[in-house]
Amino acid sequence: MTTRLPDDKGHFDRFGGRFVPEALFAALDQLETEFRAAQADPEFQAELRSLQTDYAGRPSPLTEVKRFSAYCGNATVLLKREDLNHTGSHKINNVLGQALLTRRMGKTRVIAETGAGQHGVATATAAALFGLQCTVYMGEVDTQRQALNVARMQMLGAEVVAVAAGSRTLKDALNEALRDWVASVDNTHYIIGTVAGPHPFPEIVREFQRVISTETKAQMLDRYGRLPDAVLACVGGGSNAMGMFADFIDDPEVALFGFEAGGEGVETGRHAATITEGQEGVLHGMRTYVLQDADGQTKESHSISAGLDYPGVGPEHAWLAATGRATYEPVTDAEAMEALKILTQTEGIMPAIESAHAVAGAMRVGRRIAETDPDARPVLVVCLSGRGDKDVDTAIRWFGLDGSADKTAGGAQ
Amino acid sequence: MTSFDERRLGRSGAAFAAASAAGRAALVGYLPVGFPDVPTSVEAMVALTEGTDGTGCDVVEIGIPYTDPVMDGVAIQRAGTAALERGVHTRDVFPAVSAVAATGTPALVMTYWNLIERYGVRAFARDFAAAGGAGLITPDLTPDEADEWCAASDEYDLDRIFLVAPSSTDERLATTVRACRGWVYATAVMGVTGARTETSDAAPRLVSRIRTLGAGLPVGVGLGVSNGDQAACVGATADGVIVGSALVSTLLAAEAAGTPGDLGALRSLVADLASGVRRAERA
Repeated sequence: MTTRLPDDKGHFDRFGGRFVPEALFAALDQLETEFRAAQADPEFQAELRSLQTDYAGRPSPLTEVKRFSAYCGNATVLLKREDLNHTGSHKINNVLGQALLTRRMGKTRVIAETGAGQHGVATATAAALFGLQCTVYMGEVDTQRQALNVARMQMLGAEVVAVAAGSRTLKDALNEALRDWVASVDNTHYIIGTVAGPHPFPEIVREFQRVISTETKAQMLDRYGRLPDAVLACVGGGSNAMGMFADFIDDPEVALFGFEAGGEGVETGRHAATITEGQEGVLHGMRTYVLQDADGQTKESHSISAGLDYPGVGPEHAWLAATGRATYEPVTDAEAMEALKILTQTEGIMPAIESAHAVAGAMRVGRRIAETDPDARPVLVVCLSGRGDKDVDTAIRWFGLDGSADKTAGGAQ
Repeated sequence: MTSFDERRLGRSGAAFAAASAAGRAALVGYLPVGFPDVPTSVEAMVALTEGTDGTGCDVVEIGIPYTDPVMDGVAIQRAGTAALERGVHTRDVFPAVSAVAATGTPALVMTYWNLIERYGVRAFARDFAAAGGAGLITPDLTPDEADEWCAASDEYDLDRIFLVAPSSTDERLATTVRACRGWVYATAVMGVTGARTETSDAAPRLVSRIRTLGAGLPVGVGLGVSNGDQAACVGATADGVIVGSALVSTLLAAEAAGTPGDLGALRSLVADLASGVRRAERA
């Protein structure tokens, strides 16, 4: 790295930091100390690698999607298949690392916030594996639209708490998890699921997700002998995107694209396009871009995908946006759902709606390059952060399916 | 009795020192502006200074409701959410500050940092000082991130009250106490705001750790006090007893009973708390 960020106070230039009650500082300091020690501990790293390989199924494949690429101008599109990880998303990468840290700190309970439920499921999974008590906070609205994941967490032995405060989505789940943690910090580790929150969480989660870009880089060099022209990922809090960007930040020839939830369109005000439409502020312990009103009250975000429905964003993304190193664009619900359908029907890969935002982004970027430079043959790598099984209910409603068969064959007349 | 460093007491710390000179702990009461509505909340804050017979809080903390109050328990969340739904704005805090200041009781504002940043740190300090405010309590701003606020509070002569916790290391305790002006806010139990049946024995330990530093500042203890007996208990060791959720709960109950303007229960609780700090057997 040309400059090592964050600095020792957790700042990415003016973003990041620690805006939390003093009561949490001791725990954050302990976490940082343990994390640094673990990073330097070959035994810890070996155990993490073994879990990634033998439990989570890494490395994840890099799949060239030829039929889908036809929708993306002249681009060759590759998918980094985080959807094939155990539990169905990239979330397991971070959770396995933090569960090992939990054990290292001698804590016996973990808590987590979750939007779509993917991070909650991953946390509940690691808790089962490590024999830790687990409580997952989930906005009440999300427990309804992601009921399948609620049941999965319960099957895994976790307690799921529906949060009825505020907008009853991811941000409120995060508030409630922070409240729990202030009171339980002696025996509890808070496994934040994204590159957000107070220092050192944005750094820890980035480092545990870095494996996505480390593998991608090796796979690209091995198979194509070159780096991609761009890597693309969806951004809610931004953990899969940070994982996809991390090893490419110092490769200026690789463009970095993040796609935020444009919801019903940024012009409607019903969206979660935090970097595009937000202003600098403080939320959930960090300075970053926040969707907020003139008083600084957090605005409710809107997205068809629960996992992107968040009015803040990780501070490193705010920094990458402010410096211009990465480009962030909104993708609407409609664009994401269209991309979901196209990828599913051209490749037999059904992405999570979150990831479909990045898939739509690849279509947009590929076509844009074809328009401005018809001779270019760009290689785009999309982080396919999760699989779409959990979203079938939403797809049924969106596409007007009714879940019944197309026709009946055989049987009594 | 502890001796205080008068140069660092500011206006709110002076109220603590006056109580201390009278042989008791100061009573600090919290209410958010805008619940059940802005005018009634201001009336309620004035009632905090009066109780039933003119004896009430020595310092009033005014909250500005926020959408993401991670330090607050259910009672304060509920009142804050209702106030926001009813359209309360940051600027509504200034008339509340003026009304409290007019009673001669120091008015502090306790709020989450994003609201102040959005208003503009220096602009808020200026308008708040002009309204007669004494200082800010900042639950999610520690000295680590407070350079701008420290400069603005120096410029406008405002108290800055940072929080310390039982989990604070000696080093952080020393740094935080050094950065405070007015008094030090000690969170008695690890957790969010909310009335508890018993307050923790962590409080006296934390108070004594702070005093050992020779800070010269009074120590207020908060989180968990809901009646006069608890106030007496906490007031036996602390320089100030902070009460919030229990006071807010009386307003929630009044609204639930269909009489949102009825401040009777609030005044009675204030009287009970005020008598509690006066009967404490001081260490």
